[in-house]
Amino acid sequence: MSAIELARSIRAGERSAREVVDGYLATIAEREPSIHAFNVVTAEQARVAADAVDARVAAGDDPGPLAGVPIALKDNLCTQGIPTTCSSKILEGWRPPYDATVVTKLAAAGAVSVGKTNLDEFAMGSSTENSAFGPTRNPHDLERVPGGSSGGSAAAVAAGFAPLSLGSDTGGSIRQPASLCGVVGVKPTYGLVSRYGLVAFASSLDQIGPFATNVADAALLLEVIAGHDPLDSTSIPGPVPSYSQVLSDGVDGLRVGIITELMGEGIAPDVRRRVEEAAEHLAQNGATVGEASVPAAMFGLSAYYLIAPAEASSNLARYDGVRYGLRVDGATTAEMMENTRTEGFGIEVKRRIMLGTYALSAGYYEAFYGKAQKVRTLIVRDFAAAYEKFDVLLSPTAPTTAFRFGEKAEDPLSMYLSDVCTIPTNLAGQPAMSVPFGVGDDGMPVGVQVLAPALGEVPMFRAAAVLEAGAPS
Amino acid sequence: MTDTAVPYLTAKHGIVGLDEWELVVGLEVHCELATNTKMFCSCANHFGDEPNTNICPVCLGLPGSLPVVNAEAVEFAIRIGRALNCDVHSSVFARKNYFYPDMPKDYQVSQYDQPISADGWLDLADGSRVGITRAHMEEDTGKNTHAGAGGRIHGADYSLIDYNRAGVPLVEIVSEPDIRSPEQARIYVAELRTILLAIEASDAKMEEGSMRVDANVSMRRLGEDVFGTRCEVKNLNSIRSLGRAIEYEARRQVDLITSGERIVQQTRHWDEEAGRTRDGRSKEEAEDYRYFQEPDLMPIEPGQAWIDRVDAAMPKLPAARRQAMAAVAGVEPTRTAVVVAVDRQLDELGIAAIAAGGDPSRVLTHIEHNLAVEGAGALSPIHVAELTQMEVKGELTATQAKTVLAEMLTTGIAPAAIAAAKGFETMDTGALEAMVDEVIAGHPAEWADFVAIVAAGDDKKAKKLTGFFTGKIMQTSKGQADGKAVNALLAAKLNAGG
Repeated sequence: MSAIELARSIRAGERSAREVVDGYLATIAEREPSIHAFNVVTAEQARVAADAVDARVAAGDDPGPLAGVPIALKDNLCTQGIPTTCSSKILEGWRPPYDATVVTKLAAAGAVSVGKTNLDEFAMGSSTENSAFGPTRNPHDLERVPGGSSGGSAAAVAAGFAPLSLGSDTGGSIRQPASLCGVVGVKPTYGLVSRYGLVAFASSLDQIGPFATNVADAALLLEVIAGHDPLDSTSIPGPVPSYSQVLSDGVDGLRVGIITELMGEGIAPDVRRRVEEAAEHLAQNGATVGEASVPAAMFGLSAYYLIAPAEASSNLARYDGVRYGLRVDGATTAEMMENTRTEGFGIEVKRRIMLGTYALSAGYYEAFYGKAQKVRTLIVRDFAAAYEKFDVLLSPTAPTTAFRFGEKAEDPLSMYLSDVCTIPTNLAGQPAMSVPFGVGDDGMPVGVQVLAPALGEVPMFRAAAVLEAGAPS
Repeated sequence: MTDTAVPYLTAKHGIVGLDEWELVVGLEVHCELATNTKMFCSCANHFGDEPNTNICPVCLGLPGSLPVVNAEAVEFAIRIGRALNCDVHSSVFARKNYFYPDMPKDYQVSQYDQPISADGWLDLADGSRVGITRAHMEEDTGKNTHAGAGGRIHGADYSLIDYNRAGVPLVEIVSEPDIRSPEQARIYVAELRTILLAIEASDAKMEEGSMRVDANVSMRRLGEDVFGTRCEVKNLNSIRSLGRAIEYEARRQVDLITSGERIVQQTRHWDEEAGRTRDGRSKEEAEDYRYFQEPDLMPIEPGQAWIDRVDAAMPKLPAARRQAMAAVAGVEPTRTAVVVAVDRQLDELGIAAIAAGGDPSRVLTHIEHNLAVEGAGALSPIHVAELTQMEVKGELTATQAKTVLAEMLTTGIAPAAIAAAKGFETMDTGALEAMVDEVIAGHPAEWADFVAIVAAGDDKKAKKLTGFFTGKIMQTSKGQADGKAVNALLAAKLNAGG
């Protein structure tokens, strides 16, 4: 059942929020041991929250648009009093004294959080294999990865642990796992959703966004969490349009461009075919489809692996054992910090901290970080040129369907290539979403990526709704 | 108050024994802004509270927290920039990355290549001008207290950290290397402090750490045009230690250079008790701060309207006030009395008193010597003018005027009334001469000595005996005798006697 239908029926008193959450908790109890989508399931708090929703309904109040809808939260979103680990040993035992803005908004909308989901440590990865607490498995095939870094959130929705979840997307961490798990995943325009309370990986790229089983639920969830937040200086002022209302508008006259640079080498033929079919489907529904070129997108991956680690090296400096989380003692303060970080961080996090530290170092800044920022400017410019001709762009979300555990874990570069299609939008600060569109030759889900210019969520959702309706079964 | 009590020596005053050398100093002054709340959160900015009470997720740098710029801090930063004749432009924040336990995020949000203010100057009381390179915004760190090991981190049993100060807004004011003497450094800091107080941007207390000074010191031989290698001296807790530290460092560097050694660029710490600077960080710990633009904050674009508003509300600053005071009194603005007048906020009183017909020279004398007290600014300028007029007319001696002035301060009564009540009238010459004769007659042996000594030309002993007789006469007249007249009479009698 969709989140929208659940909320409607709970608000109408046709079923209780308690009964709904108990149903989902039962599914979790049954399948979670084989999937490991969660770092923690907050069953008790969920029941209390559901009861509160029921009490409000009984009192004649409106608990909000997500009344009683269970939701899973990526474990890098701060939740007051509930451990927030980022799937890292270094945050062991830390319970935030505050809620992230999105968590506050969800509660105000009546949503019921069922737990915190697994991720690649500090959101660094594309398979959730980098979690300090073990990997999450793809519900469609337990031998395969769910993607990452929001693998737990994608798997939770795919496994029916919750109809909705939240993830964060720095270089594709919502869209790629959505694609691999066969669910809808949205990376909104940078600044549309407050980052306050999202544990930072790369501040200029991070953005919180929804997972859902369908486009309409994703649109509703985005409406709930979007909007200006005075606590986030990069948050965009102004009203949030209704995305739900445009879903039936169709794509008649919409100009759709397929990004040629993301349809060539490195993209699996079965995935490429699905994107072509998606374009044809849009054309059949009245869209004009053409070929779009975003040449600088090819340099996105290289620029990203300088900018994101550089910001991460600074953002993750605070985990030093002094104030919270893990502390491993040493003879001096410096030694204590070194021991704590050596033991507390995993290999991929260390690799990126070193990359980023190097990229910002005196004498290398211009050659690396400075140049990457110039590439970023070029990508923005190329996208701007493409969006003069097209309203939305189309590409694969990920180059392949879900891969097997260990397949790329030993080869960071091939792992990094998983995000080649998703990274350019983060660098440009633009929205994009992954919509399930059939399966690949291996029977695993394929996602098609719909991209739009900044604050172009409305045409993006229009195209997504039409794609969803035409997705091969 | 102690901070401003510096001698107003000329900037040209060098260091004794280093005549062949030129001292080159640039100062970095950190001042905490007197905002209600911190730089990036709404915690109180208040000194002296219980440790770790003014803290929140933002200033503790907790995971997920984000900074939001305090508009009042920007206002104060713009005031500082404009008061220092800087260009104020759009600016960005940058992260300065280094690990230190008192820094919650292990980076400091500061400004780097685009500071809010740059390219200004500061005109000092001695007539010199010091260039201001930049004045940028940043956040303060927390405060460490080390238990055991005499408060030093090395060998301490444990350390406590108070994060109340973490995130307090700072402006760092960086001067050009234009300072050439310890005295000039001291008057620069004193001037800066007066300005910060005048524009209400900071309470600028060195003893509470709301104003902190680091000195970049280097030496070169006179006539050389390249700078020597500099050392940065930290831990200067007063204007006095600033002067001492610069002088010590100058001598240390000259000693090294003359004995054929090289100066190593480094940070050194002033040890107030030992009166010396000490080696700070070693070379291997040399920092690379890896500055990059703070992605959590947007650029600050104050706009011309904001800058204009600050300019319009700018109070008259010390340099301009010294000019005005000096012009009215008809003296140079570098005159000590003028500097003191502005420093003690008595220039307005002085200007008004002179405008009301006061004698400029006597007005300045009173301000410089007789008004270093609380409440002097409340004196009626008309009364001060009347007082000096009475002195000019010979109705009051200098000593009597001082007594009357003291009474004016406490009572607010007009000087003529006070003088009358005290029975102050200048003695006529006849009565004074009679009194002088009486004192001489009462001390025949001393007088004979005096005459002999003056005849022998022993100035030192003569001075002592002049003091003896003047004192006796003043005592007899109960302070009503005019000192100058007494001296003249004594001189005449000595001539007659000799």
